[in-house]
Amino acid sequence: MTVMTPYRSPVSAGRDGFAQLLHAEWTKFRTVRGWIIGLVAGLVVMAGLGLFTAAGAQSSCQAQGGPSRSGAACMQPFALGSAGEPVTDSFYFVHQPLTGDGSITVAITSMTGLLPPANAQLGTVGPAGTGDTRPGLYPWAKAGIIIKSSLAEGSAYAAMMVAADHGVRMQWNYTGDTAGLPGAVGPANPRWLRLTRSGDVLTGYDSADGTHWTEVGTVTLSGLPSAVQVGLFAASPQYTKKGQAFAGTSTIGLGPTQVTAVFDHVSGGGGAWSGGYIGADNGPGYGHYHQTGGQLTVTGSGDIAPIPEGHGGPVDSAITVNEFLVGTFAGLIAFGVVAALFITAEYRRSLIRVTFAASPRRGRVLAAKAVVVAAVSFVAGAAGAAVAVLAATAIAHGRGYYIFPVSGAAEAKAIIGTGLFAAVAAALALAVGAIVRRGAAAVAIIVVAIAVPIFLAISSAVPLAAGDWLLRVTPAAGIALQQVYTQYRQVTSVIYSPLSGYYPLSAWAGFLVMCGWAAVALGVAAYLLRRRDA
Amino acid sequence: MTEAVAPGALNVWGAWAGLPDALHAEWTKLRTLASTWWLLLAAAALTVVVGAAVAAAYRCSGGPVACEPAATGADPAKISLTGVYLGQVIVALLAVLAVGGEYATGMIRLTLAATPRRLTVLAAKTITVAGWALVAGLVAVAGSVLAGRLILPGRGLSAANGYVVVSLGNGPDLRAFVGSVLYLALIALLALGVTTAVRDSGAAIGLVLGLLYLFPIVAAVIPDQDLARHLQQIAPMSAGLDVQATVGVSSLPLTPWQGLGVAALWALGALLLGALVLRFRDA
Repeated sequence: MTVMTPYRSPVSAGRDGFAQLLHAEWTKFRTVRGWIIGLVAGLVVMAGLGLFTAAGAQSSCQAQGGPSRSGAACMQPFALGSAGEPVTDSFYFVHQPLTGDGSITVAITSMTGLLPPANAQLGTVGPAGTGDTRPGLYPWAKAGIIIKSSLAEGSAYAAMMVAADHGVRMQWNYTGDTAGLPGAVGPANPRWLRLTRSGDVLTGYDSADGTHWTEVGTVTLSGLPSAVQVGLFAASPQYTKKGQAFAGTSTIGLGPTQVTAVFDHVSGGGGAWSGGYIGADNGPGYGHYHQTGGQLTVTGSGDIAPIPEGHGGPVDSAITVNEFLVGTFAGLIAFGVVAALFITAEYRRSLIRVTFAASPRRGRVLAAKAVVVAAVSFVAGAAGAAVAVLAATAIAHGRGYYIFPVSGAAEAKAIIGTGLFAAVAAALALAVGAIVRRGAAAVAIIVVAIAVPIFLAISSAVPLAAGDWLLRVTPAAGIALQQVYTQYRQVTSVIYSPLSGYYPLSAWAGFLVMCGWAAVALGVAAYLLRRRDA
Repeated sequence: MTEAVAPGALNVWGAWAGLPDALHAEWTKLRTLASTWWLLLAAAALTVVVGAAVAAAYRCSGGPVACEPAATGADPAKISLTGVYLGQVIVALLAVLAVGGEYATGMIRLTLAATPRRLTVLAAKTITVAGWALVAGLVAVAGSVLAGRLILPGRGLSAANGYVVVSLGNGPDLRAFVGSVLYLALIALLALGVTTAVRDSGAAIGLVLGLLYLFPIVAAVIPDQDLARHLQQIAPMSAGLDVQATVGVSSLPLTPWQGLGVAALWALGALLLGALVLRFRDA
């Protein structure tokens, strides 16, 4: 009697973990020439449009009788803050020197001002304080006390102030802003302000009665010299009106405004006061003061604030990093096509049956596919963005153009952010492909969901508010990851619109909205994969 | 006795002679697909809903002076027709599927076996898809006009404020409506040509939509205004939709009909490319 041993394949059983699945999906992806071409095409268009923007920028000017110039040479001069950012630093300053540590305390008892007439048109308004004006305060008219490292424009400072409609603020080095006591100022409602210096640490306090003080903030101005200027200031920005146009809102500067503040109980700084206008080089300054005993009345116009990107005026022609990233949109379509086809092609060729026969756990197949397309899209998106930002910046600098300054960290954030945007978009496209199973329909849905909202918001085809909502609730919210410039609430003369590179959500909120869409779509796709026959 | 035709000679008349039959075949294929009619409905609904939503979102604030046409620059016809930005996606999708579907299923070989003159097939597809797009466009635009007419006067764009209430009786408005319908048909032809050249639905729709939306975004973002204007002149969507403008026509990069002509050139170019690929490459 012979014993029959059952046949056993000499091939040892393979492992079927997630790593093997990932390897299988990666092999499928990299061996399809069209997908690699699509991926590279997306990267090249992203990078190419950035370089095109940098190399194609043209602005030239010619002074009377002078040589023709181009780029940054054409720009009006503007001051730079301590971090190299463009700033407005023009105000009326009543000051005296302060050496070493010290403190200044005042009580502001009144703020009044002048505005251009309500029906003002561009070009009809004279300097503040002359001609046809009406009483009123600009919402961000400011008056208060300041310690400033020198009288030079753009020098470091910290200040305690009352803003007409925004209560007590502590502001420092142009971009810093902390709120103190709310409410408007008046004789019955004075605002006491105190600023103390100890080394390079400045601390601001406010009080409603001069006895109970609250600390508003502490800032360190590193490198503050021993001898600084301390004093009172008044500043009121340009009057701007937002244009009503449907397609593209704009701001129109309608002339200067002014503010007059009464400072009582001025103590600290025993020397004599002297008044002067800071930043008069950049336009006609306006202001004056007079002193009666311990009471000073200071009138001034101007502003101490950052110049945000998208602001008109001297930095209007600055090139921005957002402009270099314009190709993201094309890259996303390319990655979306590849990601959607990564699954719909399997259905078209019936490869999906082999895939599911080899790996019956369908949810894991979807997960492996999502990881592969997200990873390759991240790499391609980040690489495209890196070339677009870094190389284009170098080219534009080389051609003598001024690029609105952005920190290296913000640049890195935008590059990584673009990669994440591409990765989640690809995962979403894959999920949609798994749901609808047809390449063309999946791509059309992805373009409508991600690219069309961006188009509508940027091209002003819909009202500004509607465009903002599109960038909050649709998967296009992920574009907030490309935000590189800061919105300053204390500067209202700029329209913070998607066209200027300001998105309605913060980077992380936008990313989460997009991830939410991708998660829901992947969940539905996983459910349908299990429930439907392949 | 029929005239003898030398083998291999280009017989133009022969190609046209087969057209009615090819047309009938293409029409049957298009008509009997459920998706054709769903997409027609979707194109019209999407266009009308988006146009109505944008019209309803319009608000003119700041008193009667701020609502004057000179202050807002608002173009009632163009606002009513905003939905075309989205409706064109569906129109392009149908055109893509009309060709891409045949390549996906292998049907194209049967089609070419039945009608070996390939350009005749393309001509028949062009005519049927264009006809479908004209109908879809007509329904979409008529609905949008009606919605605009009903909604916009209540949003400050009223005759009392000095605006034209959109109407077919008004010359520029009529041009905007007819032009928008023609524009949708041209986009369908552009998509048809691109898909015939690319042969894959997914890649083709990505290409077409990229082509449509990329130019206006780049033109809006780049700092150089002259370059932006040139881009708007050559872009199929920016130029083509110039035909919708009824306000500020003189400041457009192109005149309305010139703009539509640019879109037509794109469609023609894509069809030529498609014809070349179809004629000289194995299916």
